[in-house]
Amino acid sequence: MSMNSIRDTFFEECEELLEALVEGLSAMEENAEDMDVVNAVFRAVHSIKGGAGAFGLDRLVNFAHTFETVMDKVRSQEMKVDEELMLLFHRSGDELADLVEAARDEREPNAESEAAVIKELESHLGEQDEEEEFDFAALTLDFDAPPIDLPIAEADEGPVMRSFNIRFKPTAALYSNGHEPLLLFDALAELGTLSVQADLSGLPDFDGFDPNSAVLGWTLTLETVEDETVLHEIFEFVDSLCDLEISVDESAGEDPASVPEPESIVEAIAPPVPTVAPVPPQASPAPAPEMSTPAPKVEQKQAAAAREEPRGPRPTLRVDLDRVDRLINTVGELIINQAMISQRIEELELPAVAHLTNELEAYKLLARDIQEGVMAIRAQPVKPLFQRMSRIVREASEATGKKAKLITIGDSTEVDKTVIERLADPLTHMVRNAVDHGLETPEKRVEGGKDAIGTIRLSASHRSGSVFIEIADDGAGLNRPRMLEKGIEKGLVAPDAELSEQEIDNLLFMPGFSTASEVSNLSGRGVGMDVVKNAVAALGGRVSITTSPGSGTTFTIVLPLTLAVMDGFVISIADQTMVIPIASIIETIRPSRKDLHCIGTDGEVISVRGSYVPIVDVARNLGLSGGVQDINGGVLLLVSTEGQGLTALRVGAIHDQRQVVIKSLESNYGNIPGVSAATILGDGKIALILDPDELVKLHPGLPQIPPASSPRMELRHA
Amino acid sequence: MTTKVLAIDDSRTIRNLLRVSLEGAGFEYHSACDGVEGVEQFSEVDPDVVITDINMPNLDGFGVIESLRSGPNRTTVPIIVLTTESGQDLKTRAREAGATGWIVKPFDDASLVSVLRRLTGHVV
Repeated sequence: MSMNSIRDTFFEECEELLEALVEGLSAMEENAEDMDVVNAVFRAVHSIKGGAGAFGLDRLVNFAHTFETVMDKVRSQEMKVDEELMLLFHRSGDELADLVEAARDEREPNAESEAAVIKELESHLGEQDEEEEFDFAALTLDFDAPPIDLPIAEADEGPVMRSFNIRFKPTAALYSNGHEPLLLFDALAELGTLSVQADLSGLPDFDGFDPNSAVLGWTLTLETVEDETVLHEIFEFVDSLCDLEISVDESAGEDPASVPEPESIVEAIAPPVPTVAPVPPQASPAPAPEMSTPAPKVEQKQAAAAREEPRGPRPTLRVDLDRVDRLINTVGELIINQAMISQRIEELELPAVAHLTNELEAYKLLARDIQEGVMAIRAQPVKPLFQRMSRIVREASEATGKKAKLITIGDSTEVDKTVIERLADPLTHMVRNAVDHGLETPEKRVEGGKDAIGTIRLSASHRSGSVFIEIADDGAGLNRPRMLEKGIEKGLVAPDAELSEQEIDNLLFMPGFSTASEVSNLSGRGVGMDVVKNAVAALGGRVSITTSPGSGTTFTIVLPLTLAVMDGFVISIADQTMVIPIASIIETIRPSRKDLHCIGTDGEVISVRGSYVPIVDVARNLGLSGGVQDINGGVLLLVSTEGQGLTALRVGAIHDQRQVVIKSLESNYGNIPGVSAATILGDGKIALILDPDELVKLHPGLPQIPPASSPRMELRHA
Repeated sequence: MTTKVLAIDDSRTIRNLLRVSLEGAGFEYHSACDGVEGVEQFSEVDPDVVITDINMPNLDGFGVIESLRSGPNRTTVPIIVLTTESGQDLKTRAREAGATGWIVKPFDDASLVSVLRRLTGHVV
C-alpha cells in the first residue's frame, strides 16, 4: 500500500465520517442529551483530525480541533445545546466538509468562511481553553524516548554539564504495567553518560523468592546537559509505580573540568551485570492470585455488554468501480448471447425439444438473476444524497430569511450509483426552490395558522420497478393565476388559451419560465426547472408536479431502477426493427375503423373509451418510408408523454417482449431526435430504442409550444 | 521470532499508516477497529505489544487498558496509547489504568518503530 493510496483511503474514510457527522447532528437535533450520539459526533470529528494530522493537513487539523473542543464541552456536559449552537454545529460540519474537499483536491479552502466559523466556535470557549494551544507539528513521545522538542531558549544558554543522582526502586505494579527498567536506563543513557549500580539488598534467599514481587532497586548517576524536567519526563509513566528520587550532584556539576572521565564512558557502554539481567517478573505467565477477585468479573460483564451492542455497519467490500462496470458490460453481453441462442434454436425448428426449451428458459432466468445481482452492486442508498440536502435547506433558509427543516423518508432506498450522482444537481435545485419559492416567510406562515418553520419532505421509495423521489413543501402551493399571467407575458401560452390546472403547473418546466417576481440570488441562477426536467429525462425518468393552494407543492421524480437494461417491446416500423420501453406503454390497441377519425388534412385521432387521442405515425416522424399504408393496419401503442399527454403511436407490429441491454448512442453518433439508445438483438442486429416523449415532438402536426394550443386540448375542451 | 503488534484504532487511515510503517519495520501487524474487538483480538493474537487509541466506539482506550490489565486477559505486555489527545489528566488516567507509554498523533514512523523495538527487545 503506497502513501498515495493511504491518502485516498483517508479521504474515503472522511466521506464516511462526514456522513456519520451529519447523521449524528440530525439525531442531536432530536435529542441532544443522548450521549451515544454526542460521542459519535465527537469521534467523527476527532478521527478526521487524527488522520489529517498524519498527512500534515494543518488547517483541517486546526479546524477539526476547534470543532472537537466545543463538542467536547457538550460531551462533558459543561455546555448546553440550544438552537443556536446546533446551527453552529451544522455550519461547522459543512465547513469541515469543505475543508476536507479542499484538502483532497489540494486547493486553498475559503479562508473567510473558515475563519468566521472558527471565530464563532472559539466564542464558545473560555479564555483558558484558547490558551491551551494545540501543538500539531511537534512529535511528543512522552515516553522513554529522547526528547525531540528541546526548548530552544535553553539550548542558547550553552550546554552545562551536570551530574544527577537517581534512586529508583520499582514496585511490582511497574512490571505488571509492561515497564522494563532496562528500557528506562537505555533512555537515560541517551541523554549523557550513565552509570548504574544495582541494589541487591532486598533479594530474598532462593526459597523465599516470589517472581511477582519487586525486590531490586538501582542507584544511577547521569552526566548530562539536559534539564531535570527531561529526566522526569522519562519516568513520567512509572511515576506512581516506583520510589524515585532525582537530585543534582552539586559536587560534580557546573565545573567544565568535570567532563565525563574515560572510565564512566566504559561503564555506560558495559553496564553492570544486574541491569542486563533484571529479575523478569513480567515474564512470568503464571496467573496472579488477584485474578480470582470479583473485579475482573465486573470488567468481563462490561465487555460482554459492549459486545452485544450493534457493531457498526455490516461488513463491506470495497471494489474498484471499473471492475463492476466491466462485469456489468459482460453480463450485458451474456444477455445478448442468451437472446441469440434462443433465436438460433427457434430457427432450427427442432421437433419436440421440450427439455431443450426448458433448459433454455432456465438459462434465461439465471442470466436475469445474475444481471439483477450485478446491478445491485451498483445500487447505493440515497442517504448520502439526502443528507447533503439538509445543508442546502439550511443555506437556503439562511439566505432567504425563511425557516425550514428537512425530513427525509426512505433514505435506505437503493438507486444506481450513476443515477445518484446525476441526480445531485437537479435535486439541489429543487430543494433550494422549495425553500425559496415554495415556503412562505415565517410571518406569513404564522398568519396562515401554520408553524413558522416550514417543512421540506424528501422521500424515496421503490414502486413497480421504478424509483420514486418526492420533494414536498408545506408552503403556499403554486400561484396558478400568476403563473398563467407570466406564461402569457413570456409568450409561452397563447393569450386566449384555456389551460387545465395541470397544464398551468407544467409551465414551470418550460424553458425561460420563472415564477418569482424578484429573481433572488438563490434560485435565480439561470437554471430553471426545464434543466431539472432534462436532467431527469436524460436518466430515463420524468418529473411531475402536484400542488394544492395553501398547503404546498410536491414534485415527483420517477426513475428507472437501472440504466443498463430495460424491458422493451420489439416492434417493426417500416422495414426496421426497433425497441420501445414497456414502462412508457399504457396499452396496445388494434384499431378498428369506427374509432378512427381524421382531423384536417393530416391529423388523425382515435377514440379511446370516449376521449380522443391523437395518433402519431412513428415511421413518418422518423422520416422512414414504407410505413403503415392502410390506416386499419398496424398496432397503436398508447403512451403518456410529457409534452403531449396521451398519444397513440402507430407501429407496424409487435414481435416480442424482452429485456434489452441499453447501449448509448450518444458517445458514438451524437443525439438522434426520437431515439434514446440502441441495443443488440438476438440475431445480432442493432435496433434503435425509441423515446416516446421526444418522438411525439417530431410530429409535424403537433406544435410543441405552446401546449395550450395542441389539438388534444381543443378536442378535450370542445 | 517476529514481534507481534496489535493496533486498536477506529480510524482506517491510522490503521493503514501503522500497517505500512510497522510491517515495513519487520513487525507482525494485527489490528482491531474498536475496543471490544481489540480485547477479543488480544487473546487470539497474543501480541508482544499493544498500541491503542483513546476515543473509540464500543469500548474506549481506557476500557481496553483496564480490561487487559485486570480482566481474564490480564497481561504485562507493554500497552502504548496513540492518540491526538495530550491533556495531562488523560495521561494520568491512562497511566493509572496501566498504560506503558503515550504517543501523540501524528506519529513519526522512525520514533514509533524505535520505541516499539526498545519495548519489545526486538533485534534491530
